Amino acid sequence: MTTGLPPNAGVCLKAEHYEQALAPERVPAWFEVHAENYMGDGGPAHLWLDRARARVPLSIHGVGLSIGSAAGPDPDHLERLCRVVRRFEPAAVSEHLAWSTHEGLFFNDLLPLPYDDETLGRVADHVDLVQNRLGRQILLENPSSYLRFDRDEYPEVEFLAEISRRSGCGLLLDVNNVHVSATNLGDSAEAYLDAFPLDRVGEIHLAGHAVETDTDGRPLLIDTHDREVCDAVWKLYEHTVLRTGPVPTLIEWDARIPEWSVLVRQAELADRCMDEAGTRPPHAVTG
Amino acid sequence: MPSLAELQDGFAAAVRRPEPDPPRGITGRGDAGAGRRFGVYRNNHLAGLAGALEMTFPVVRKLVGEEFFRAAAMDYVRRHPPRSPVLLLYGERFGDLLDELPAAGRYPYLGDVARLEWSRIFALNARDTAPAEIRLLSGIPEPELPGTRLILHPSVRTLASRWPVLAVWQDCQPGGGRAKIDMERPERLLVVRPDTEVVTHRLDGGSYAFIRSLARGAALGEAAEHAMAEEPGLDLSAQLVLLFNYGTVAGIAPAAVNKIPPDQKGTPS
Repeated sequence: MTTGLPPNAGVCLKAEHYEQALAPERVPAWFEVHAENYMGDGGPAHLWLDRARARVPLSIHGVGLSIGSAAGPDPDHLERLCRVVRRFEPAAVSEHLAWSTHEGLFFNDLLPLPYDDETLGRVADHVDLVQNRLGRQILLENPSSYLRFDRDEYPEVEFLAEISRRSGCGLLLDVNNVHVSATNLGDSAEAYLDAFPLDRVGEIHLAGHAVETDTDGRPLLIDTHDREVCDAVWKLYEHTVLRTGPVPTLIEWDARIPEWSVLVRQAELADRCMDEAGTRPPHAVTG
Repeated sequence: MPSLAELQDGFAAAVRRPEPDPPRGITGRGDAGAGRRFGVYRNNHLAGLAGALEMTFPVVRKLVGEEFFRAAAMDYVRRHPPRSPVLLLYGERFGDLLDELPAAGRYPYLGDVARLEWSRIFALNARDTAPAEIRLLSGIPEPELPGTRLILHPSVRTLASRWPVLAVWQDCQPGGGRAKIDMERPERLLVVRPDTEVVTHRLDGGSYAFIRSLARGAALGEAAEHAMAEEPGLDLSAQLVLLFNYGTVAGIAPAAVNKIPPDQKGTPS
């Protein structure tokens, strides 16, 4: 499936990089921002984002809607997301298969869901609610997993495919999350990707992770978004785009923000992988 | 089997508990215990929010160092978890927590530095509003001036401290660190963002009393009396010029909303 994002590498737009990222000569094909960072009443961030979207398409990525909460997303927060989407008119809107708010308390983390029939029904309903309120399709992202629930009835891929089928949402495939989850749970990342409904993918995420060890001395990967994409994830990405052709691909980097040039180089690597995977039109930049 | 709501009750409570005690019904990898893996969520919750506080309070962080700051920030997250997914203004009461910390005794001004940093973040994210110009007042007949109420700019915050907190803040900015600060000097501050830049001004006692009074909803005449009580002989027209020059005024309250109840809450000092 396609969104209004071009099939090129995009970069997350952080306050640290506003000036360089929007330098007149060369801007990336598109930018992604976290919706919650633009939910203040005003301020220079809003002006920078206006400037960014005057030049290239935007992706608005929510990190706090808590679609997986049993009680559903907070109506006030959905209203805030709606305002951000109305103001900045992004080419794509995405959220996570996760929950992050409970009883009015925000955890600031993407908490895991059991993959059973009750959750499936609720999440599909909540996605439906969000899409109706926003008046558009959203993309739902696969999470990073550190554990499983004993009550799981579905593999994650089937679960996501079924939510997409029931609600009509697209999927955001985070290849780093696939690698993190597969390593942590002892699964095969390749098998996950081979089973993934790639025709539903509207965007791909790439990011870096930290490597720790669990109590048994096995690797425990933490989805930190604070470093370069690792070789294993690049391989999985190549494997994926060979099948999908070029897909809008984001370099995500949310902590220990590097020099702008580091992000640009990561985006160039993603573009090179896509060049080898298929043809696409050159992206247009205005302004 | 518990419902999803019940499962989330248990999971959320376990994330908030300080001791490593994972909820039931989860598995790590194979037969391995889930404790270490569950700990990732507890750590993400604490460390992620502590990181958000670090973005808001870089000067406090610089003054006390990484280790002390992380401990205080995590303490704050445990006591005052955010009630909204919008974290831009998270940490409003961090200064109060710093005031209470016995180990912060070496830096008695730390709480006020935190309040100044939060005020600047508040101003940064306030509604964008063009400041009014002083000629706005020229249309008002002189006898009506004392009863006129000003609408302050939405970014305005005030802060009175026993310590020179702005001097400390400036000293911690890039290129700072050379000034010798007289720590016995109190400061009264005005934070405002008339355009894209947040500005902090030092005020004298009269100006501070004047603007605090206006912020509480007092009309110009009443605010002037407060200011004169603080600083007899104050030049009121100079005060008005200052207020408008700083971009502190957004407009004049229309007559219909002039009756502001006496318990109207102003910006806390």
